[in-house]
Amino acid sequence: MSSIVLVLIAIGVLAAGGIPACLQSSRSSAGQKISTALTIIGGGTGLYALVLSFGESTHATISEPWFLPFGRFAVAIDPLSVVFLALVFVVPVLGSIYGLGYWKQAEHPKNGQKLGFFYGLLAGSMGLVSIARDGVLFLIAWEIMALAAFFAATVEEENPEVRYAGWVYLIATHIGTLCLFAMFALWERGTGSFALEAAVSGTVPAAGAIFVLAVIGFGFKAGLMPLHVWLPGAHANAPSHVSAVMSGVMLKMGIYGILRMTSLLPVTAPWWGGTLLAVGAITGLAGIAFAIGQTDLKRLLAYSSIENIGVITMGIGLALLGRGAGRWEWILLGLGGALFHVWNHGLFKSLLFLNSGSIIHAVGTRNIEELGGLSKKLPTTAALFLIGAVAISALPPLNGFASEWLLYLGLFDTLGLDGKTALGGAAIAVPALAMIGALAVACFVKLFATVFLGASRSERIEHAHESGPAMLFPMIFLAGVCATIGFFPSLVLLPIENAVRVWAAPLSQQTTLGSLVSFNWVSTLGIVLVIMLGLIFTLLRFLAATRSNRAHGTWDCGYARPTNRMQYTGTSFVQSIVDLFFFILWPKRGKDTVRGVFPERAEFKTSVPDAVLDRLALPVFKLAERYAPNIRFFQQGQTHFYILYVFIITIVLLGIGAMGVNP
Amino acid sequence: MIDNLIHAALLLFLPPLLLGVINKTKSWFGGRNGPRALQPYYDIAKLLRKGFVLSDTTTWIFRFGPAVTLATVILAGFLIPFGRFDAPVAFTGDLILFAYLFGLARFFTTAAALDTGSAFEGMGAAREATFAVLSEPALFFAFLTLAKLSGSLTLTKMLHSSMEAFSPETAAPLVLIVLGLFVVLLAETCRIPVDDPNTHLELTMIHEVMVLDHGGPLLGIILYASSIKMFVLGAVVINVISPFNTGSTAIDWAVFVSQMLALAVVIGVLESIMARLRMRRVPYLLVSALLLCGSGFLLLVR
Repeated sequence: MSSIVLVLIAIGVLAAGGIPACLQSSRSSAGQKISTALTIIGGGTGLYALVLSFGESTHATISEPWFLPFGRFAVAIDPLSVVFLALVFVVPVLGSIYGLGYWKQAEHPKNGQKLGFFYGLLAGSMGLVSIARDGVLFLIAWEIMALAAFFAATVEEENPEVRYAGWVYLIATHIGTLCLFAMFALWERGTGSFALEAAVSGTVPAAGAIFVLAVIGFGFKAGLMPLHVWLPGAHANAPSHVSAVMSGVMLKMGIYGILRMTSLLPVTAPWWGGTLLAVGAITGLAGIAFAIGQTDLKRLLAYSSIENIGVITMGIGLALLGRGAGRWEWILLGLGGALFHVWNHGLFKSLLFLNSGSIIHAVGTRNIEELGGLSKKLPTTAALFLIGAVAISALPPLNGFASEWLLYLGLFDTLGLDGKTALGGAAIAVPALAMIGALAVACFVKLFATVFLGASRSERIEHAHESGPAMLFPMIFLAGVCATIGFFPSLVLLPIENAVRVWAAPLSQQTTLGSLVSFNWVSTLGIVLVIMLGLIFTLLRFLAATRSNRAHGTWDCGYARPTNRMQYTGTSFVQSIVDLFFFILWPKRGKDTVRGVFPERAEFKTSVPDAVLDRLALPVFKLAERYAPNIRFFQQGQTHFYILYVFIITIVLLGIGAMGVNP
Repeated sequence: MIDNLIHAALLLFLPPLLLGVINKTKSWFGGRNGPRALQPYYDIAKLLRKGFVLSDTTTWIFRFGPAVTLATVILAGFLIPFGRFDAPVAFTGDLILFAYLFGLARFFTTAAALDTGSAFEGMGAAREATFAVLSEPALFFAFLTLAKLSGSLTLTKMLHSSMEAFSPETAAPLVLIVLGLFVVLLAETCRIPVDDPNTHLELTMIHEVMVLDHGGPLLGIILYASSIKMFVLGAVVINVISPFNTGSTAIDWAVFVSQMLALAVVIGVLESIMARLRMRRVPYLLVSALLLCGSGFLLLVR
């Protein structure tokens, strides 16, 4: 069987994964187990098909006319699709297994089935998005994905906060889809069909407009600043394994869309790459700055996703610059780094979201300021979280470093080191990336330490308990993959390089990623680092065994009655960074009310609301709410009025046509 | 091979001497005799002989912090060329690994500090994390300048060719990034005017307050690791400005060692004649380092 048929079957199985549970009684756990088994089968089949597609000399394609008068049922797998399909076939499967422990049907009889159904649909539709080769089919899959995500994320609809986040998401995703409609319309006008294949003529009219619409339309989904407004709320309020799929995979569909369209557009104006590089850097910096200011565990992770999308976008920008300048190295390193980071972020962000689910499961709150010292109660979760935190801070020897390393090398190459074309302006992105890196370290130290280290800040953690095997297994698996890729990045270079070659088809050169970067050194030094750590730890153990040791309270300068609440909070840890970035964050601060020698009881509040949503979009919508009702006059609710409108507009259009204007 | 062995030996055994020389210089400025220059070795040895006193709030992260710091600074030390000799480990892009190894150390140092659950350590960790946000881009601006000058992405070549490429056009960028790098060195190694390693008032410090609860062998490891960190970062600064290449192996090693000691004297003098900045002012200093390195880069690529 050809790989494309297998992939279609896998997508079908994934999409139908939630149905068996719906056919069982609402408290039966058997249905959920069958559903998970189906998802595992679907994911396994899909991965097998991807391996199969490696051996095929031509890209497997199906293109059939279908029931609609426009578009076709056209699907195909090329290496670019493979990169994204790999995520689709891994993360939702792990999430589904996790769901067995996290969202037990028996404990959630009201919404468990609904969640399972839309979760499967979400996974399947993302697979279809990655292989669709026709604009109409793509949009259908895209819309199914958007709606399935909406329903999966808002299963706890009785909570007003969840409903609100859902609404914001629904509005944002539809504005994005609107741009995509316009984009595909322009594409159809320019190339003569909805087929997502490289234009035969070699030129597409209005390519610039198509590019801009693609960046905005897909940018809403990916979460480019300032189009990210829906992202923090939706991720925070969804069940954690849904957040993992949304952040780990669904955001990447936006990246996939941008990549697919840019690979099809024949010309590259110089400003395309520059724009994406700048947008990526801004998204990265602002994303991580906002992440630092959060106190909600999952909102923080969501903002950090925005940061990572920014880093990925920087890579795409560099690749576009390379396409304009005819520099294969920039394409290879930029896009290679971006695609590698797509995988890495899919892995460690899913790990962290699943981890946050375990924390919430154990303590019942998302507010990190109420936690602390949790690593004593959840040692395995803490260790896994630490792996995810180090990986996402792009620190060696884990996988986040490997992909950012590629991006760094590509950006350094824009200096024109070997006497070739230079683009000094692009190199400014290097210090930006360095700043993002330093902020990410601060952000994840804050998160890890506030939740897991120190003393507990409330009674919530008294009864916290470690998660069961169904929840631990997916996290251990993801952490293992992060570590493996981190220590041996060269294992995954081939599929990424193939995808880069497809994206930049005419410019593709002999030079391989392996010849540009010495991942062997990274592997060796990573192993050396671990050995050294082992030696130092053995030394410490030996010293501890031969000395008399004491346990004691933390040094408190002789203060007699320290309490747990006196320790540094996460907010105080990052206060100076938040102050440093006040011009982006606009933090809200209460007034200092402590006055005098014997001050009254006082209160001080500080928070970092979303600058775009809470300070820009909502006031605009408020204004609209106030003044827009005036045009309700046209909405009479009577059919014959509407027919009259249609009639008038048709006559006006005819009149315009008669004047010789040809739109 | 011999050079690599000397490299390793210097990296592992010389760094505490720098601390000794700094203290000696400061004592001399203060009109005191001061402890002998070898005192830091005795201090570290004494600390390693002591028992552990661990806070009962802490977890294994608390012990992991010093271990990671030591491992990463030693590894970073093998990526930096000493004097005119090549680094034992050199490959394209090693500069990024170099910078990110310090990031890894920072991650675990600050996490270990927060593990004690004390507000003092929290303050120190917060400052460390904040200042890195400014010093990290400064370091990368300097790297960009050096990469452009040398046409290479290998630390060994980048640091060696800064003087070979010396010309009236490159002089200004070089001076600017050396100044910037020196400020980064002072900030990263917690010297005056950023931090005062000698004060005992916890509220005024960065690094010292982060390790307030570490004692005995753990403190010994931290002391040792921070001296190596100063040595490694000092070697970067020295390499950028040092034009010496006599051709004789022995003389060149001697030149390198004396340059490092001279750097220690310079730091000592600086610590003697300057006061520590107020904590609020430190970001301004780091921003100026960022601007110095950034202007150096802009001058070069304009």
